[in-house]
Amino acid sequence: MSEQKNDLGQEILKEINQDQTTTEHVRKPFLGKAAIPLLAIVTGLIIGALMIAVTSQSVYAAFGESIGNGFATAFSEIGTAYKALFTGAIGDPIRMINAVKLGDAKEIRQAFNPFLESLVQSTPYIFAGLAVALGFKSGLFNIGVEGQLFIGAACATFVGYSITGLPAWIHMPLAFLAGALGGALWGFVPGFLKAKTGGHEVINTIMMNWIAFRLTEWLLSGPMTRPGSGGMPISPVIQKTAEIPQFFQSPIRFHLGFFIALAVAYLIWWLLFKTTWGLNLRIVGTNPRAARYAGLSTTKSIILAMSLSGALAGMAGAVQVLAVNRSMALGLSSGYGFDSIALALIGNSHPVGVVLASILFGTLRNGATRMMVVSSIPIDIVDVIQAIILMFVAAPAIIRSIYHLRKPKQEEQQIFLSGWGGQS
Amino acid sequence: MTKKLFAILSVLIVGSMLLGACTTTTPTEPPVASEEPAAKIKVCQITDTGGIDDKSFNATAWKGITDAEDKLGIEGKYLESKEVADYEKNLNAFIEEKCDLIITVGFLIGDATKAAAEANPDIKFSIVDYNYDPAIPNVVGQIFNTDEAAFLAGYLAAGVSKTGVVGTFGGLPIPTVTIFMDGFYKGVAKYNEVKGTEVKVLGWDPATQTGLFSNSFDDQQKGSELAKSLMDEGADIIMPVAGPVGLGAAAAIKERGNAYLIGVDSDWALTSPEYADITLTSVMKLMDATTMQVIQSVVDGTFVGGDVVGTLANNGVALAPFHELESLVPAELAAEIEQLKADIIAGTITLK
Repeated sequence: MSEQKNDLGQEILKEINQDQTTTEHVRKPFLGKAAIPLLAIVTGLIIGALMIAVTSQSVYAAFGESIGNGFATAFSEIGTAYKALFTGAIGDPIRMINAVKLGDAKEIRQAFNPFLESLVQSTPYIFAGLAVALGFKSGLFNIGVEGQLFIGAACATFVGYSITGLPAWIHMPLAFLAGALGGALWGFVPGFLKAKTGGHEVINTIMMNWIAFRLTEWLLSGPMTRPGSGGMPISPVIQKTAEIPQFFQSPIRFHLGFFIALAVAYLIWWLLFKTTWGLNLRIVGTNPRAARYAGLSTTKSIILAMSLSGALAGMAGAVQVLAVNRSMALGLSSGYGFDSIALALIGNSHPVGVVLASILFGTLRNGATRMMVVSSIPIDIVDVIQAIILMFVAAPAIIRSIYHLRKPKQEEQQIFLSGWGGQS
Repeated sequence: MTKKLFAILSVLIVGSMLLGACTTTTPTEPPVASEEPAAKIKVCQITDTGGIDDKSFNATAWKGITDAEDKLGIEGKYLESKEVADYEKNLNAFIEEKCDLIITVGFLIGDATKAAAEANPDIKFSIVDYNYDPAIPNVVGQIFNTDEAAFLAGYLAAGVSKTGVVGTFGGLPIPTVTIFMDGFYKGVAKYNEVKGTEVKVLGWDPATQTGLFSNSFDDQQKGSELAKSLMDEGADIIMPVAGPVGLGAAAAIKERGNAYLIGVDSDWALTSPEYADITLTSVMKLMDATTMQVIQSVVDGTFVGGDVVGTLANNGVALAPFHELESLVPAELAAEIEQLKADIIAGTITLK
């Protein structure tokens, strides 16, 4: 036991795997299962509100006049900010109704855009979050999602612009699968190293990230650079046939990729919970020694899981290129690969949880833009809110003590049963 | 447990309702007051992924907007982009906001700006450090004749160098980088022509357009290595044209202590004061001046699509003061540089 104490990655996995096994067999009431994440979100928003008030200059000025003024200004600042966050993320209902009444097509599109844009923002989160969640389920900590995403995007871009003359129904899936394949390759390598040599996947995926970043940088300013751009790190625009279609005209960017993401989430759920392979994977994830004792091949399981996780990450990159950006350039990702670790944790590594957490993150990020336009509150405040939510989800004891929730009894038993590779 | 939970939740919900009520009952005084004298011209900037305080293009363009806020009474706003997909989203947000002029920064936002400008012909756009060919009627591209200022820097470097060798390196072999190196080379050549000296330039050959590159804009270690190899070859003045990579070069120069640095884009003696004692001067691209010029044209109603070119004449490019190292520059040399500047402005010296 003592040597495992030093291994942070394993400790985290242990935490995660305990929670999962609890939630599987006994169906608890919805709120019971979701209480911690929901309360974490509420707490995150409240602390975010405090941050808005504390960092606002006009609040200080108002407190200089009188305490009453100060509180009034603080509340109005918070109100303005959160109202903007809401209308930016979901939309303004009054405006929607008016737009429909007016019947002006462009106005209707603009009024309904916020909600759909939130889904656009959520799409890469779903893929990336699933990638990490799948890793967690199989006892692997894939920190390489960001790198796999970059490689996936590069592969999808290359297939997207270099192949011409294909019909869309072949070209688009081909480019998307090329992205998945690229990511899978980038996940396969650390998976193979882990299974065959015991090289720790945390170290290897981090290293693979750096290789991916520099490789794509070189590709974009070298072999894949846009002709006539003079070596600027930007790829050619992909062919029309490779585009994942957007459903509406500008400014709405809502695209088919969101539904692909939902379908993939369902597929992962089915794989994990409805197939023998998924069961094996989860057994290996929960307790590799027992799995080996039972005659399961951990080698195969680890390699497959890492490759599949990489494939999901590659899809995140592919969907951004094929559906939104339509070309690849420096600054492709705002850190989806790292945010996705948070998503998997909040979503309890369950596909449904990951999808919901992704939509939450996408919505917050989308609303933040409007918040910044209206009240000049830096977008970073949303990062703070997300971080607080994550912190509380990762450390449920804090939320339990704030809201006086009792600790579920079952979990204590589980700690005993599902030590990560260490029951003797 | 659930009872308690509901109690807490209901308190929270009521609390948030109260919060909401507060905001509506206390009519927000400060914003209303500021919106009263309406029809303030709104100038909105979208940064690239570098962020608003990148001490470089984004920050300098934003300075142009804040200057205009003081002098022209406009209203400035900005949105930061964290990734490529944000460009279009931020453009849409500002189009929603009915900004009068939207300023984007950098070639990477080129595609998105073009699409937005063509879809919204009634909104004015300006893009920093990029231009369109053919021009778009509602977009002003801000480009810079950086070689004019780099020419002066080259002349200065040749005059100050004791070893008779000066050096430069770039980030990537792209036009906005190599134009610095071209100007620098020509400045040194001019000095040799005038004085009959043979000062050598390492790291760039304008004839073949090849030279020394870090192939990165953020790897400071690489900058340090390149600077060291240039110093090993005898260079005692180095101009790194590679953004933050230049800071690595600065560190290497400071460590050796027998060479000087020429900064680029902004005045490094001010933005990186820790290297002020080795920063001879800087070749500055002043997008605040060109941004101001574009805003002025919107205020005056004279806005026309096309290019605004930053030159020595309109202060869009400039050579920074020598600051702490003024003693290194003989008065005679400084006067010659002033004369060259006047000649370039007058058009008696051409660099093309």
